[in-house]
Amino acid sequence: MNVEAVKKWMILFTEKVNQNKAYLSELDRAIGDGDHGMNMARGTTEVMAALEAKNPATVADVFKLTGMTLVSKVGGASGPLYGSAFISMAKEAGTTDSLLAILQAGLNGIEKRGQAVPGEKTMIDTWQPVIKALAAGNLSEQTIADAVAHTKEIKATKGRASYLGERSIGHLDPGAVSSGYLFETMLEAGVTND
Amino acid sequence: MKKIINQPEEVVNDMLEGFVYAHSDLIERIPETGVIIRKQETPHKVALISGGGSGHEPAHAGFVGAGMLSAAVCGPVFTSPTPDQILEAIQKADNGAGVFMVIKNYSGDVMNFDMAKELAEMEDIAVDFIIVDDDIAVEDSTYTAGKRGVAGTVFVHKILGAAAENGASLTEIKALAEKIVPNIKTLGVALSGATAPEVGKPGFTLAEDEIEFGVGIHGEPGYRREKIAPSKALAQEIVSKLKEAFQFKPDEHYGLLVNGLGSTPLMEQYIFTNDVGSLLAAEGLNVDFKKVGDFMTSIDMAGLSLTLIRLEENKWLDYLNVPTKTIAW
Repeated sequence: MNVEAVKKWMILFTEKVNQNKAYLSELDRAIGDGDHGMNMARGTTEVMAALEAKNPATVADVFKLTGMTLVSKVGGASGPLYGSAFISMAKEAGTTDSLLAILQAGLNGIEKRGQAVPGEKTMIDTWQPVIKALAAGNLSEQTIADAVAHTKEIKATKGRASYLGERSIGHLDPGAVSSGYLFETMLEAGVTND
Repeated sequence: MKKIINQPEEVVNDMLEGFVYAHSDLIERIPETGVIIRKQETPHKVALISGGGSGHEPAHAGFVGAGMLSAAVCGPVFTSPTPDQILEAIQKADNGAGVFMVIKNYSGDVMNFDMAKELAEMEDIAVDFIIVDDDIAVEDSTYTAGKRGVAGTVFVHKILGAAAENGASLTEIKALAEKIVPNIKTLGVALSGATAPEVGKPGFTLAEDEIEFGVGIHGEPGYRREKIAPSKALAQEIVSKLKEAFQFKPDEHYGLLVNGLGSTPLMEQYIFTNDVGSLLAAEGLNVDFKKVGDFMTSIDMAGLSLTLIRLEENKWLDYLNVPTKTIAW
C-alpha cells in the first residue's frame, strides 16, 4: 500500500465530510443528538492539520496519527469508534500490506469498542458489506451506496438511535453514511490491495 | 439561570484552576488537559485513576491524594473526557506497577476509557479497570446500557485506593474491585433538576410539591414521581428498595453514604441519615461505617442518594477507615 495514496485518501475523506457536514448533522438530528457532521468535520480537519505538521512516513503512522487525532477531537461515540478503527488499522498495517486485512482489523476494532454486530443500524453495516465485496474482488461505488442505503430499513438496537426503536426505521444511520464517504474516497484515492 | 461563573464554556477550566490554586499542597494539573494529579509520589504502587464528565464535584478531583486516586480526568460538563486526556493521566500516574481505572457505567465513559487502555497498552503500560453500576433505580438509561454508576463509586475509590496504598498488585486490585462492586448499591431522590451552564435551563422540571425517585446524576429519568413526603417516608421508600436488592439478613455488616446532589443542605441530609439509621437498626443490621455530605453531585440538583455497601470482609471496613490526604473524603 502506497503512503501517498493513503494520505490522498485522508484528504479526500476530509473534503467529503466537510462538504456534507450539514447533511450528516441533519441525519443525526432525526435519530441521534444532531452533532455527527460538526464533530466529524472538526475531527477530519484536525487530521489534515496533523498530517501536514508531522508528515508521517509510513501507512501505519498515517493511520495512527489519524486515529489519535479523531479520538481527541471528535468526541461523543464517533471519536472512539473511528479512532479505534484507525488505530487497529495502524497496528495491522505494521505487519501487512493487505488492504483487506487492514480494513478487517478496523472493523474488528469498531465491533469491539461499540460492542455491536452487523444488522444493528450502525457504521458496521457499511464496513461489513464493503469488506465482503473487497474480499470478493467486486467492491464498487454501487456496493457502498447499497450498503449505506440499506441502513434505512434497519431498526436500531445499538447507540442512541436505539431509544427510538421502531421509529428509527426509515432513517439512514449517520455513522454508516460517513463510513460510506470513507470508502468512496478510498476508491477515489486509488487505495487498493497492491 | 443565576450562577457564579464567567463564560459558560470556560466553567471546567476555571474550576480546575481554582482547585489547583486552593489545594496546591495536594494536587496539580497536567497543563492543557483536564487531568488533576496528586503531588506526592507513590513509587512502585498501583496508580488508581477515575474521572468522567464534570459537574459532579467534589468527584472526582476532590478524591485525588494519598490513599485514594492518583489522578482524575475531568471532561466537559456531563460529557466523557477523550482518550488522549485519559492516556495522559495514565502515563503520568503510572509508577511502574500499572494503572487501575474506576469507570462509572455510561456508554461514553466506558468507550473512552477502554480506548485509552488500548493506547496505554501500545506503550507497554499495564492497565486494568472496573465498571461501577451501583444505581439500582433502572436498567438501561439515557446514556447507559445496564445500570448507572453513581455515588457508590466513591466507596470504590476509597477501598481500592487504600489497597493500592497498602501495596496491592494490579491483579489483586482487580480481584478486590470485582468483589466489592456487586456489594455496593445506591438509590436517590430528586427535588429539582440540574442546570448545566452551557444549557442554561434545568434538564428536567418537577412541580413545587413533587419529587422523583431514581433520577440519574445527569437528570436521567427515575422510576416514580410523587408528592413530597416527610424525610421518614422518603427513607422508607429508599431503604425498602435497597432491602429488596440486597436481601438484608439480620446481623449483616454494612457501611452507608448519604450523598447530597448539590443543592440539599446538610441539615436535610442529617435528618434523612437519622431516619435511615432507625430503619437499618430495625432490620437488625450493623452499620459500621457512616459518611454524610456532598460526594457525587449533579451541579445544583436538589435531592440526595443513599449508598450501602455490604461489608463481606472486615478488611473492607479497615480500608474505609484508613485516613487519606484528599480534598473531599
